[in-house]
Amino acid sequence: MPSDFIPNLYVFILAGFVGFEVIKRVSPLLHTPLMSLTNALDAIVVVAAIIIAGRHETALSTALGAIAVAASFSNMVGGFLITDRMLRMFKTAKSQKP
Amino acid sequence: MSAIATQQAIDFAYIIAVILFVLALKWLSSPVSARRGVLAGEIAAALAVGATLCNPELVQYKWIIIALIIGAGIGIPLGMVHMTAVPQRTALSHAFGALSATLIGIAEYYVRAPRVSKFGMVEIGLEVIIGSLTLTGSIIAAGKLQELLPQRPITYKGQNFVSLSVLATAIVIWAVLIIHPEYTGLFPAMTVVSLIFGILLVTPIGGADMPTVISLLNSYAGFTAALLGFVLSSKVLVVAGALDGSSGFILSVIMCKAMNRSFTNVMFGAFGQVQTSSAATGEERTVRSASAEEAASILAAANRVAIVPGYGMAVAQAQHKVRELYDILTKKGVDVRFGIHPVAGRMPGHMNVLLAEADVPYDRLVEMDDMNSDLPQTDVALIIGANDVTNPAARTDSGSPIYGMPILDVDKARTVMVIKRSMNPGFAGIDNPLYYLDRTLMLFGDAKSFVGELVRELGGSH
Repeated sequence: MPSDFIPNLYVFILAGFVGFEVIKRVSPLLHTPLMSLTNALDAIVVVAAIIIAGRHETALSTALGAIAVAASFSNMVGGFLITDRMLRMFKTAKSQKP
Repeated sequence: MSAIATQQAIDFAYIIAVILFVLALKWLSSPVSARRGVLAGEIAAALAVGATLCNPELVQYKWIIIALIIGAGIGIPLGMVHMTAVPQRTALSHAFGALSATLIGIAEYYVRAPRVSKFGMVEIGLEVIIGSLTLTGSIIAAGKLQELLPQRPITYKGQNFVSLSVLATAIVIWAVLIIHPEYTGLFPAMTVVSLIFGILLVTPIGGADMPTVISLLNSYAGFTAALLGFVLSSKVLVVAGALDGSSGFILSVIMCKAMNRSFTNVMFGAFGQVQTSSAATGEERTVRSASAEEAASILAAANRVAIVPGYGMAVAQAQHKVRELYDILTKKGVDVRFGIHPVAGRMPGHMNVLLAEADVPYDRLVEMDDMNSDLPQTDVALIIGANDVTNPAARTDSGSPIYGMPILDVDKARTVMVIKRSMNPGFAGIDNPLYYLDRTLMLFGDAKSFVGELVRELGGSH
């Protein structure tokens, strides 16, 4: 077992609990934006993809890494964009223009 | 800057990104602060990507830059889709997320192969199996939501046996690889079998179960990223994956509760199968129907109206007409609210987004439990394109396939109006006794045009 497995497991468990506590407070009103925002945050795998593509170890790893960069970066850009578009639509009666 | 100092600076950037991730989700708890949450997420993502690009391990930027440009080129149109297309867009983004994580896992395996440690193989194998099945499962889900594939459950005899055998095959190959990580030829086989399992997993699931499926796929995509974090020992991925995974998991639990079903039942019990039970052969029962004129005069005379939208409203694109109806009734002094069932539509929160798009104020969108305590004092419950979520058989008929599912108790309102194309049973093929109640008026027609007629009648009567 690699030495960093246990620290990673700590991080995973604690982050899972934080996620649970924070997300259960999200109003059902916003469940769709919640899903698109977590999708955009999850697209942070792009950082791993960048490293794989840029380390240029083998042609295969560079190619797979580059596809992974494109796929996850599209999620990042698209996820934030659509979440913001959705949230802009949520207005109260008072804040609405007549 | 020395290499170590650079690495530390990158790690600090990741830590700030992680803090911003948690804040982003925290701010999403209320519509008032939610947009700040998106901004926090964007800053976090920019910081993390920027820091990664400074990593001294990177020797070649050409393909990274090209891929980032292509990614933006795909992402921007996918971020601009129409609100009615949000469920399939979401399924597609789960597929992209899973694709990315899976490809990185595969690349990492071949970089290490044939000298992969047994423990490394446990992590990579699990990551690639879950990532692959999420990838194809999400593509199938997106195809169903886009109606490129039939939304009805596709089932055959012995299906669960076949699907589980395929999954078992993937797990056996994985086990062999753990014992013999040097059998590199088995790795593509494991990946392909997992991809096939993803197809088999989602194909039998019907459209009405999509809210649960899309949440589960969200959860899998998140946990795939977290597993990748373990593989690469990247804590920022572990945290982001754990947050996304737990979010998808919570949503799946909420969706399952809202349908009174278990995960296994959703994944392996194709909903359409059970429809042959009660009531199908019942004697001709009478329904009362009404014209738009009659319905409009009842609505105008009401004090409180509850509108219950469902997937049918989304299909008919009726949300803007519904908003006009809301406006005109509100102007006449009628208290109009919307009762939103958690599984109405094709993904969690689907109805809220559609109605918000049509400029219905969100304080008028009421959750099921709050709506139910108000329905007995409501004059008219108007159901637009919803069926099972209003079916009183869920409370009363223990033989009904939806028995026990929490519903909106629209039958407790003084008058019930149902806009429906015809008396054909709904999506799941379950008969709805609501339509035969004395207090129920059936309004036959397309949701969009019928609501339009109601608006016209109400506009002309003052």
